[in-house]
Amino acid sequence: MTQSQSGTRDLLSVPALLERNATAFENAPAYREKEFGIWQSWTWGQTREEIEALAIGLIDLGVAEGDFVAVIGRNRPYLYWSMIAAQMCGAIPVPLYQDAVAEEMAYVLSHCGARFVIAGDQEQVDKVIEVQAELPNFEQMIYLDPRGLRKYDHSKLHQYSHIQDVGRAKRDELQAEMKARIAKLDYDSTCVMLYTSGTTGKPKGVVLSNRNVIETSKSSSEFDGLRQTDDILAYLPMAWVGDFIFSVGQALWTGFCTNCPESADTMHVDLREIGPTYYFAPPRVFETQLTQVMIRMEDADPIKKRLFRYFMDQAKKVGPAILDGHSVGLMDRLKYALGELVIYGPLKNTLGFSRVRVGYTAGEAIGPEIFDFYRSMGINLKQLYGQTEATVFITAQPDGQVRSDTVGVKCPGVELKISDSGEVFYRSPGVFVEYYKNPESTAGTKDAEGWVATGDAGFVEEDTGHLRIIDRAKDVGKMANGSLFAPKYVENKLKFFPNILEAVVFGNGREECTAFINIDLTAVGNWAERNNISYGSYQELAGHPQVLAAVQSHVEEINASVAEDEMLSGCQVHRFVVLHKELDADDGELTRTRKVRRRIIEEKFADIIAALYDGSEKVSTTTEVTYEDGRKGSISATLEIRSAAVQTVSQKMAAE
Amino acid sequence: MLDQTEGYVTADGRKIGGVVMEMKNITLRFGGVEAIKDISFDIREGEIRAIIGPNGAGKSSMLNVISGFYIPQQGEVWYKGAPRPPMKPFEVARQGIARTFQNIALFEGMSVLDNVMTGRLTQMQTGLFAQAFWKGKAEAEETENREKAEKVIDFLEIQAIRKTPVARLPYGLKKRVELARALAAEPTILLLDEPMAGMNVEEKEDMSRFILDVNDEFGTTIALIEHDMGVVMDLSDRVVVMDYGKKIGDGTPDEVRSNQDVIDAYLGVSHD
Repeated sequence: MTQSQSGTRDLLSVPALLERNATAFENAPAYREKEFGIWQSWTWGQTREEIEALAIGLIDLGVAEGDFVAVIGRNRPYLYWSMIAAQMCGAIPVPLYQDAVAEEMAYVLSHCGARFVIAGDQEQVDKVIEVQAELPNFEQMIYLDPRGLRKYDHSKLHQYSHIQDVGRAKRDELQAEMKARIAKLDYDSTCVMLYTSGTTGKPKGVVLSNRNVIETSKSSSEFDGLRQTDDILAYLPMAWVGDFIFSVGQALWTGFCTNCPESADTMHVDLREIGPTYYFAPPRVFETQLTQVMIRMEDADPIKKRLFRYFMDQAKKVGPAILDGHSVGLMDRLKYALGELVIYGPLKNTLGFSRVRVGYTAGEAIGPEIFDFYRSMGINLKQLYGQTEATVFITAQPDGQVRSDTVGVKCPGVELKISDSGEVFYRSPGVFVEYYKNPESTAGTKDAEGWVATGDAGFVEEDTGHLRIIDRAKDVGKMANGSLFAPKYVENKLKFFPNILEAVVFGNGREECTAFINIDLTAVGNWAERNNISYGSYQELAGHPQVLAAVQSHVEEINASVAEDEMLSGCQVHRFVVLHKELDADDGELTRTRKVRRRIIEEKFADIIAALYDGSEKVSTTTEVTYEDGRKGSISATLEIRSAAVQTVSQKMAAE
Repeated sequence: MLDQTEGYVTADGRKIGGVVMEMKNITLRFGGVEAIKDISFDIREGEIRAIIGPNGAGKSSMLNVISGFYIPQQGEVWYKGAPRPPMKPFEVARQGIARTFQNIALFEGMSVLDNVMTGRLTQMQTGLFAQAFWKGKAEAEETENREKAEKVIDFLEIQAIRKTPVARLPYGLKKRVELARALAAEPTILLLDEPMAGMNVEEKEDMSRFILDVNDEFGTTIALIEHDMGVVMDLSDRVVVMDYGKKIGDGTPDEVRSNQDVIDAYLGVSHD
């Protein structure tokens, strides 16, 4: 392995990085948060003071070395500080998904045996209180926003600022203890524990050491030339490894500023105000934004519409080439410059992307049209491939080598190999220590030499060294006639239509493929409005004959494109149904990161799948749904099953 | 004779103080129509007081009497221990009484923030001229008022629409903006005229939560008119029931629910 054994100088832990930043960049902004309509800001110097006060307060409260401290809430500086403060006490921070329901939280909290919980607001406090009987180790809870909590029993409950007040008052007594605990942290001590969202089974606690986090942050920061003056917007779940690396690992390594939005709803306004230079978003966010732009352009007046079309065509033609530094004719360059002035510039500003120097997307495949749209406007959007067990980075696209169909080349320090079955394996300094209290899974994922199975099937392009991912290894199967079945490949193609939000393709071991489709309410709703189609509910719109016809044409288009691929031509969708409800994480159909859970969907909608294969034209079904507050209800519907035209493979043979 | 008893503590631990406002034998006529007939009741400090009744019972007229918009022909309104002389609505507003309207009355073309800021108008000292030049005192004053307005915006969770013109908002949010504007005035008594009319269940739940939170966090006394019986019974501490301009019931939700006159008014009664 090529990693350095000692780290750089003495920077062997996150608290050590904080100390370095507070000295080196004392007056540079470290955190910003919009509150009461104003961007509040803290310098690195102030940040250290805040975190130390909290850490001493925590020690006074009884946080011991090796304890787990759960952190639950939306992205706020105070909660990032909580994680670093926990590390300063020698404890291990465990961020949780804030939208998890109480039972999910109960599992994670009892699995790690957290003694302390730091919660963002009343909602989170209530959830923990609801399940505290199941948590024998739980002792004390700290909350940030006091609203609504005044009358709660405070014997186990403390306000965040009060803990800091105690910390400030006891500085003289306990600072030495804190310093001693920080000094004990080394490259192999645990930095954080993150629970994987778990596409299958219960979440697993991934233990990451300081070495994992710091080595990865260091090499990835260098890979993209991140600067101390960069700005990021922290809006993705704090429990997700990506946010931890971007907003804690890389932020502390390079010393850039982490900006927290005012609330989840104001994200887009805040994005525009901050204008981040380093930006990450899952494909879905880019998709939604593009859909919104297109919807608004549909409503614009004809002159603007034509101007937009003209310059977007121009951008499509030369934009990516200009971004990659290829040579482009003078006339095209001039037209592009004019486009930048009247269309791209203002549009980028509206979207909040004016300053983006490095932009990443990952987690799912991104549609080529979506990807090219952003790149053609001059936004340096790239793809990366990673997972929690690798501390994010496995492969990433270097500037100038960006394509929508690969996930990039090996990151510095990463080794790749492809097994005989086609599964991708990697080894790197970022490889996780273990799954907490789960040696079996650890051994099943990581072999003795440190190679980790990704669970994804893929291959490395020989000429470029770029990795291409086909599908989840376990999802890739065989059709009854022996041809390859790769559901995700087809689903992604379907999802690239703005009208389609989600698709699930079935067909493993069967004669033909079928699909569930979820319409995108924003796009289809807007289309309905423009075409004077009235509807009372999602269900009604999803069942509208014209909507079904539109989806059918999409499916047929996909079939034509799938048929072109020899290996996958068997995956054409013969029959499909537009579902009466949106697949939802609250119902267990998606993971919290919105990945499809096939097995659960297959069980839950077994009746619809049966109908897809028995040739019936309609199916009546009742589905249980969970509301946001945890109550359950059910919806019934009669769904129409449609058949889509498929290209016969022999036809294709004839064409060749 | 103002009731000076100390007040009481509710089942959920809220402290209700003495009487802050009292209606004494109010009668209001529009020509030959008696909208309100000899009604008396009181409002205690810190409580949520509901006025309910069938259509045309005189609820909104009653609220308009409290807010000073109508001046009753007979009877007196006592406020903070003294009879209130007839006064203009803006003078009533200055005394710490703010309201929302049944048919939303916001400035449609202005942003949410500007609308909320108008709620601060009663607290502003500097004149038009000073504000136009926006120097010194006027600037400091605006900063202070903006801070107060932002606290309300934060409280009611309408940050995302801060800069949105009100005309573009859906009905449920407009209602919330109206509540925000009323709250920005930091009222002693908040009058809500059908705060939940025309809302769906989720919006009603949100609004109920906000009303309870306002009462809880700021200790604001709230008088509200509402049609939705379920909501009224859950929210309020005491309820006045009106029918044909008369008071037919007054008491806790449980007392009112078992009152025969109230049951008759709501369910109808046979006349044989």
